[in-house]
Amino acid sequence: MHYIDPHIHMVSRTTDDYHRMELAGCKMVSEPAFWAGFDRSGPEGFRDYFRQLTEFESKRAAAYHIAHRTWLCINAKEAENVELSRAVIAMIPEFLERPEVLGIGEIGLNKNTRNESIVFLEHLELAARTDELVLVHTPHLRDKYRGTRMILDMVADFGRIRPERVCIDHVEEHTIQLALDAGHWVGMTLYPITKCTPARAADLVERFGTDRILVNSAGDWGHSDPLAVPEFIREMRSRGHADETIRAVVYDNPLRFFRQCRRFAFPS
Amino acid sequence: MTGTNGPGELLDREFLQIRAQILTLAASLDRLDRALEQNPASNDERLRLIQSSVALLSQAGPGRAEAVQLHFSDPYLPDWRSRLEIPTL
Repeated sequence: MHYIDPHIHMVSRTTDDYHRMELAGCKMVSEPAFWAGFDRSGPEGFRDYFRQLTEFESKRAAAYHIAHRTWLCINAKEAENVELSRAVIAMIPEFLERPEVLGIGEIGLNKNTRNESIVFLEHLELAARTDELVLVHTPHLRDKYRGTRMILDMVADFGRIRPERVCIDHVEEHTIQLALDAGHWVGMTLYPITKCTPARAADLVERFGTDRILVNSAGDWGHSDPLAVPEFIREMRSRGHADETIRAVVYDNPLRFFRQCRRFAFPS
Repeated sequence: MTGTNGPGELLDREFLQIRAQILTLAASLDRLDRALEQNPASNDERLRLIQSSVALLSQAGPGRAEAVQLHFSDPYLPDWRSRLEIPTL
């Protein structure tokens, strides 16, 4: 079955992963800008990173017949530095009209601080001004519930981005309904220990249906599985779900969400 | 929406996995007990969270997973905007 991974950090994966993903049926990856595991030294570090996302990764993916799309932002972790964040946000428009760019992301909260919230709002302002889609990172573990509710409050208070143009990612059992009820798309991240599993994601699809639901691997430089979406496909098949239902989540839905971006064309 | 698996098929597929997960949890709790024998005065909040979360598993469903998630979560603060002095754009 063809699938799309709508959230994976391929800059931190080897080319062998592209090979395995192609064999497993991956047709496209969507890669948000994220924390590299260390704090970058300044704005020019982000300029180089954005060039890597918009220029190099699409070539690496194409060698394995996988389309590559990307998102731009300063991540929630480094957003604690408001001065750096404003310099990066000012730089983002230089890259926004590149055909691979889907929008602003993955913005969000990390430890639910004042500075993170201010930078999140300034990203929303940019997204509204440039009419971009938004991909949101919700915090890990004990911070997730409070942070998700704060994020939903901020998007609702801001009020200038239509709810369906925002994807609330890394939802779990205690946050999925909140985000769906607010009219947003949601992503379930199949990531060891700190996030969801294929079985729990399948449970949530059975409870909430397939509308506005995505699954992703968020594969990165930590212990993670770039084939997590095929694992979800396998879990759903083992429960007897029709291929049409599974395809809706892993292929049709990402395309539906991405097609709201004026630059998006697939096949390209 | 449900798959085509009834309880029997579900147990055929998952009984051993569930058994293994329960055994892993039981062994982890035993390990914590042995650590506490060496330091009975430990008041680590994480220990209290683990001990109290196990009780949630015994409650009737549905909603155990959500209950466990909320148990391990910081609560929402309705006045967070004023607490953090968030400016309006």
